[in-house]
Amino acid sequence: MYLAAEGHNPILPIWQELVVGTVAFALLVFVMLKYVMPRMETMYQARVDAIEGGLKRAEVAQAEANQLLEQYRAQLAEVRTEAARIRDDARADAEGIRQDILAKAREESDRIIAAGKEQLVAERTTIVRELRTEVGTLAVDLASKIVGESLADEARRAGTVDRFLDGLESAGAR
Amino acid sequence: MSGQLVVAQDLPWPPSVNDFYPPAVAGPWVTKFTLMVWLAVGLVIIFYMTAYRNPKLVPSKGQWLAESVYGLVRDNITREQMGNAGIRFAPYFTVLFSFILLTNIFSIVPGLQISPNSHIAFPIVLTAISYVLYLAVGVRKHGLFKYLKMTLIIPGVPWPMHFLLVPIEFLQNFINRPVTLALRLFANMFAGHLLLLVFTVGGFVMLSADNLFVQVTSVFSFVMAIVMAFFEVLVAVLQAYVFVTLTANYVGTSLAEEH
Repeated sequence: MYLAAEGHNPILPIWQELVVGTVAFALLVFVMLKYVMPRMETMYQARVDAIEGGLKRAEVAQAEANQLLEQYRAQLAEVRTEAARIRDDARADAEGIRQDILAKAREESDRIIAAGKEQLVAERTTIVRELRTEVGTLAVDLASKIVGESLADEARRAGTVDRFLDGLESAGAR
Repeated sequence: MSGQLVVAQDLPWPPSVNDFYPPAVAGPWVTKFTLMVWLAVGLVIIFYMTAYRNPKLVPSKGQWLAESVYGLVRDNITREQMGNAGIRFAPYFTVLFSFILLTNIFSIVPGLQISPNSHIAFPIVLTAISYVLYLAVGVRKHGLFKYLKMTLIIPGVPWPMHFLLVPIEFLQNFINRPVTLALRLFANMFAGHLLLLVFTVGGFVMLSADNLFVQVTSVFSFVMAIVMAFFEVLVAVLQAYVFVTLTANYVGTSLAEEH
């Protein structure tokens, strides 16, 4: 009942407690600051480094991946453009070739048709010439038989037949 | 019935200041309070030593707990109050915080049931260290004269105001700060213990009353005691936090360049 009996004023410190408190707390602070806290701060920094370093590494990897992605995308776009260009070229080539072939074929057909026409005209001319001779001869022969005398006067005969035939032709053309 | 009366007479009712001064164990140097302080010192050292005996980057449970306390004091108190320049004080503040927190928690630990900080001697010791710390930091950083000028003279006020302001600033920075720091911690722990005494002892007093109704009502008193015990935990943590935050703030103002 050392103090209880006296009715101590709680606002007044007990000096022995001041001493004990000072010594005990000083010991605590000394031990902690010397043996524990330096390691704590070191570990804290190490952890911050580890975490922030990890984050930084992740960021770098992310950036790299993004860059690669961009690169691939660019390449892909390039390839696509290239393919489209090649396709267009091919199409244009094909069109050109088709046009060429068509033109050639048309030319060929025109040439063949023209040749045929020429031949026809030539054959016709020949036929007409032959027919003319033959018709003249036949007509003269026929007339000779009808008339009963020879119409041997060549100059007059030829002139007559030719004039007749010309008259026929001009009548046909009309 | 007479036995109950005897019990009631033995109960320390009403609670008084004398309840805070139990008989010494062995003279004035070895009392419950000094023993509790030594116990707290020992527990804090043992806790941190075992938690940090083999620190790893991926912490164990104990290490994590220790680092949580350190992280709280370092980042949430020290850096908040003093900026990055104050980080070097964080280790001391962590010790201070751990010590105050543990001694405050003693107030609800069965068998101890009272915080050493309800004896003003211990808050005075802690406050004295904070006081000397922030004065020393200020004087060392700015020199005595500049530190005093910086602390006492508010820039940008008309000069006659200084007759009024200088004494106020002096009172504020050199008297009020340490006194309130010590008294706040002491009074909170003192009042907390008194509250617990009122409801616990009061419950027993009601239980040993002659009246059945009063005996039944004692339940409320015990419930209040339990609620107050939880409340006491809150106060214990809060007061430790406040003490360290204010100390950090004071040291921070000593480090600052402006008033």
